[in-house]
Amino acid sequence: MEIHSNDFKARAREALADQELQKALKLVQVKFVPNRAAAAAEYGDFEALRDAGRDIRNRALENLDLWLERFEQEATRRGAQVHWAKDAAEANAIIVDIAHKNGVKKVVKSKSMVSEECGLNDALEAAGVTPIETDLGEYILQINDHEPPSHIVAPVIHKTREQITELFHAKHHKPRQTDIGALCREAREILRPHFLSADMGISGANFLVAETGSTVIVTNEGNGRLCTTVPRIHVALTGIEKVVPTLEDLSVLLRLLPRSATGQAITNYVSMNTGVAGSGDSDGPEQFHIVLLDNGRSRVLGSELKEMLRCIRCGACMNHCPVYQAVGGHAYGWVYPGPMGSVLTPSYAGMEHAHELPHTATGCGQCSAVCPVRIPLPELMRKEREMQVDAGLRPWTERLALKLWGWSASQPWLYGLGTAIAARFLKGLGGEEKLIHRLPLAGGWTDGRDFPAPAGKTFRELYRAKKELH
Amino acid sequence: MRVALFVTCLADLMRPNVAFAALKLLKLAGCTVEVPETQTCCGQPAYNSGDRATALTLARKVIDEFSGYEYVVLPSGSCAGMIRAHYEELCKDDPALLVKAKKLAASTYELTDFLVNVAKLESVPGDFAGSITYHDSCSGLRELGIKQQPRQLLGKMGQVEIKEMSEAETCCGFGGTFSLKFGDISSKLADNKCENACATGADAIVGGDLGCLLNIEGRLRRKGDRKTQVLHVAEVLAGKLD
Repeated sequence: MEIHSNDFKARAREALADQELQKALKLVQVKFVPNRAAAAAEYGDFEALRDAGRDIRNRALENLDLWLERFEQEATRRGAQVHWAKDAAEANAIIVDIAHKNGVKKVVKSKSMVSEECGLNDALEAAGVTPIETDLGEYILQINDHEPPSHIVAPVIHKTREQITELFHAKHHKPRQTDIGALCREAREILRPHFLSADMGISGANFLVAETGSTVIVTNEGNGRLCTTVPRIHVALTGIEKVVPTLEDLSVLLRLLPRSATGQAITNYVSMNTGVAGSGDSDGPEQFHIVLLDNGRSRVLGSELKEMLRCIRCGACMNHCPVYQAVGGHAYGWVYPGPMGSVLTPSYAGMEHAHELPHTATGCGQCSAVCPVRIPLPELMRKEREMQVDAGLRPWTERLALKLWGWSASQPWLYGLGTAIAARFLKGLGGEEKLIHRLPLAGGWTDGRDFPAPAGKTFRELYRAKKELH
Repeated sequence: MRVALFVTCLADLMRPNVAFAALKLLKLAGCTVEVPETQTCCGQPAYNSGDRATALTLARKVIDEFSGYEYVVLPSGSCAGMIRAHYEELCKDDPALLVKAKKLAASTYELTDFLVNVAKLESVPGDFAGSITYHDSCSGLRELGIKQQPRQLLGKMGQVEIKEMSEAETCCGFGGTFSLKFGDISSKLADNKCENACATGADAIVGGDLGCLLNIEGRLRRKGDRKTQVLHVAEVLAGKLD
C-alpha cells in the first residue's frame, strides 16, 4: 500500500475540517469505548486476563522460530502448504503464482490487514485475477474506488450511514436504502453469487496455533467462513508474529480480543481452519496455502520495539486515543493507524517514510491502559523518537532548541536570568488582559488558543526576595 | 518530615503562586520545607522528544540536588511521574546512578498524593466558594494513580461543590511539545475538554498540572469565556497567600 504518513499534519487538518468525518468518528467514543469498558467489567478480573495475554504472547515471541517450525510441521502434516515471504512483494508473488497454477480468475476475500499491508489486491488485478472483498466494510471501500481502510477492525468507521446509502445507490443502481439491515441485504445479494463462483478464497489469520497447525479467524460476518470453506483453494495470509503455542493459549486470547475490540464476549464466528478437506468431509478446500509474512517483523523482534509484536490487532489503542478520535485513521497515511500504527509504520515501511508518526500522540497513556497484551505504546513511540534523534532525523532547529534549553537548565544562574527575562517579556506581551494572542515561534499554540501570561517575576526571584526579608 | 519542594519549571516561570501555595500546604501539614536553590527542570521535555543525553544530564542534576531529603514533593503529576516512573529507565545504563534514581523515585510524590497519603493533612485553609470541576491529568492519573487525593482535599473545604465532568480522564490535548507541533489537533482536544467542563456549569476548572491548565485556559479565553476560572488545585486548597 502506498504510504502518505509524512503528510500527517495536512491530512489531520483536512480531517478536522471534515464535518461528515467528525460525525462518523463520534461512534468510536460513544460505542467502542463504553462497550470495551462494560465487557471488561463484566468479565471480572480483566487485569489478570491481560497479564495472562501478555505472558502468552511473550512466550510465543521468545521462541518464535521454534513455534513457527512447529506450526509448519503440524499444518503440513494435515495437508496444508506453508509458504514463507520475506516481504510484501514475495507474498504477492506467492499468491499470484498459486492463482496462476490453478487457473484462478476470481478470488473472494475476507478482511485481512496484512493483505492491505502487501497491496495484494493491486498485485492480483495486475495478474489478471479479480479480488472481491466480502467483508461488508471492505466491500464498501472497494466499490468506493478502492478507498483504504481507516481502522483495523472497523475499516469503514470514517463513513456515515448516509454516505453509504448514497454510495450503494450510485454503484448498485438500486433505490436508496437507509436501513442498515436493508443495506446489508443489498450487499449480500451481490456477494452471494461470488462466493459460489470464486476459484479461491483469501483470508487473514488472527492467530496461528502451533500445536495443531490451525489458522484462526475471528469475525462477525459469515463471509470469512464462506471464503475459507467454499472455494476449492484457501489461502491464509498473515504475519509471522501471530503464532501461539497451544489451543489453551488461544482460549485466553479469544477472551481478550473481542472484549477489547468491540466489547463482545465472543464474536459471531470463531473459525479454526486446520488442514484440507478429508475424504469424508462435506466441505473445506482441496488446497490450503498458508503464507507467512515477515516484512520487517523479524527486525522488530531483535529491536527495542519487540513488545509491539505482542499486538493482537484489537484496535483498542486507536479507539481510546484522543488523537485518533479527533482525526480518524486516514490521517496516519498507511495501513495501521492510531498508536499501534505509529509504532509499526516506521518499523515496517521505513522511518524515513513515517517520521511524523511517533510524535502524533500526547503521551496520555490511555492506549497502554487498555491494551489487552499490555504493550507500553507511549514508551515505544518515545523509543522511536530516540532512534530519530540518534539517526539525526529530527529538524536541526528542534535539536538545537533542545540542546540550548538543556544546557541553560544545567546552569542555574543563567537559567534564572533567562526565565526572569522571559517572565517579564511574556507579561509585557499579555498586556492588561494578561493574555497573549500571538506568540512568536509558537504559532502552533496561539493559532487556536491564547497563552495566559505569567505574573512577571519567577518563583525563584520572589522566593529569594522573601527569604531576604526574613 | 524534611521535604524538598520541586517547584517545576512551569510554575517557576508561569505561576509562582502555585509553588507558594504548595509551600504553605506542606508547612501546614507539619513539614520542614526546603527549596533547593539550583533546581531547574526534571528533563521531561528532552526525554519525551527523544533527546536522551540532555534528559540524562538534567536527571543527574535533579538526583544530586534532591537525594538528601526524606521526601521530594512536586505540584505536578507529570513531573513527579517523570521521576517516579521514568528515571529508572533513563538511568538504567549507569548502575551507581540507577541506585540513586530508584531511591529518589521512592521518595518522590505529587503534592495532593503526599498531603493525603503521607502527611495526612487534616484541614485545608482554602476558602473558594462555588463549584469546581476537576480535570484528571494523564500522567498523574495513569502513572501515579492520582484520582481521589485532590477530591478528598477539596472535599475538606466546606463551601466547595465538585461537579464531575464527563470524560474527566480524557487528555486535554496538551502533551508538552505536542501542543506546539500539532496545534490544531491539540486545540481540538482542548475544545472537547472545555465543552465537557463548561457543561457542568462549574465556576472553576481545577487540575494538578499547570501544562494542562494553561492549555485549557488558553482555549477557553480564545473562545471568549472570561468567566470560568482555571486554577491549580494547590491554589484552591491554600487559599489566600501572604
